[in-house]
Amino acid sequence: MLTLADLDTLLLTFKVASIATMFMLLIGTPLAWWLARTRSAWKGIINAVVALPLVLPPTVLGFYLLILMGPAGAVGKFTNWLGLGTLPFTFTGLVIASVLYSMPFVVQPLQASFTTIGEQPLEAAATLRASPLDTFFSVIIPLAKPGFLTASILGFAHTVGEFGVVLMVGGNIPGKTRVVSVQIYNHVEALEYAEAHWLAGCLLLFSFTVLIILYTVLKTHPVAHQLK
Amino acid sequence: MSNNIFNRSLLALCLLSISSLVYADTTLVAVAANFTKPMNEIAAAFEKSTGHTAQLSFGASGKFVAQFENGAPFEVFLSADDKNPIKLEKSGLAVSGSRFTYAIGKLALWSSTANYVDDQGNILSSGGFKHLALADPKLAPYGAAALEVLKSKGLLEKLQPLFVQGENIAQTHEFISTGNAELGFVALSQIIDNGKITKGSGWIVPETLHSPILQDAVLLKTGANNPAAKALLDFLKSAPALAIIQKYGYGLPK
Repeated sequence: MLTLADLDTLLLTFKVASIATMFMLLIGTPLAWWLARTRSAWKGIINAVVALPLVLPPTVLGFYLLILMGPAGAVGKFTNWLGLGTLPFTFTGLVIASVLYSMPFVVQPLQASFTTIGEQPLEAAATLRASPLDTFFSVIIPLAKPGFLTASILGFAHTVGEFGVVLMVGGNIPGKTRVVSVQIYNHVEALEYAEAHWLAGCLLLFSFTVLIILYTVLKTHPVAHQLK
Repeated sequence: MSNNIFNRSLLALCLLSISSLVYADTTLVAVAANFTKPMNEIAAAFEKSTGHTAQLSFGASGKFVAQFENGAPFEVFLSADDKNPIKLEKSGLAVSGSRFTYAIGKLALWSSTANYVDDQGNILSSGGFKHLALADPKLAPYGAAALEVLKSKGLLEKLQPLFVQGENIAQTHEFISTGNAELGFVALSQIIDNGKITKGSGWIVPETLHSPILQDAVLLKTGANNPAAKALLDFLKSAPALAIIQKYGYGLPK
């Protein structure tokens, strides 16, 4: 059975994933919009930076973050100067790491979705004298709804499954940074296979359900097709 | 023509690699993370004196046991404790009677900042730090020993909220060496060089404050017929190996 400590890690994981997904949408939407529209020479570079976490081993990202956010790192010095202390081993640090790690899963579906919309609806909105902001909220968001759904689901699910980064910057603190994937790993290392099975089973079920939703409910949209 | 040359050199390469297999054997060794430095040196000495090769993998002992149980090809296991090797002997994954203590671990309280940790470990009670790193006590014997030290000093309840836990002793060391944790408990072997703590500041924890960290080695069933595996275990008991083990701050088995 799931123990109380296991439930705590599940709860914490969903909390990290929800907050991270919110920030990813906030940052990812303008970024994806820019990437979908721009003809700037920077486009290729920014695209590559966003996609880096897809190909880098999470431990590389975690290792750099540990150094960068540590007291000797640039980010760590800045947060210390702000009086916030350093970020590793904190919930905030975990959220920031997750945002970086899962960002491509949010930006890429959004970008694809924005590209598909094309110029026409925007021109139509402009002839009706809609302001850019109005156009965004009453034209683009409704048109890109499946893209937003896909982005949110993927960003959330990918954060739930993250392990290598958390292992590096988390410090395995119960209730603060001990997420479900770390708990499973610890169960296995402590040879508590029954407990590991329960939690792992939960994650498997969760991921499978999420993907079913993605591929059946959202299948009519081109973004879902582009995912594989 | 050039294709022919390519084929011939490929053949020569194959023959070469086969011939090297004929003369010496290779053994795959799972080594507890805390024994990384001495084992690299021991493996080099082993190769020189016997001609055999030891291929080393480092990690947490518990993870290795899980891997052995699922068919990992390791032949020799140098654990960070004695519990895991005993368990392996009982479950039949290790050759019974092959188990012995190769080193006795020493614990150190360490900081990467100079003059931060005093040589009595009084900083633990005086405080002033936000993080105390240790290896997960449930998984790593050095973590369990650290917990015992805090208990015997009556500081466990006060310091528990400051714990940051590494998955193994190597990760714990990383937390401290990057300065993310001001101080923490590591294996003395990780911070010692030629018998001295060379970087930062540390306190070598007296062995009276925790139960001894017996590190046992065992021959796994997979290596029962590999002469290199047995030779390595013998080599671990030899004078040159013991000198290396001692140099890295371990106690020697009695």
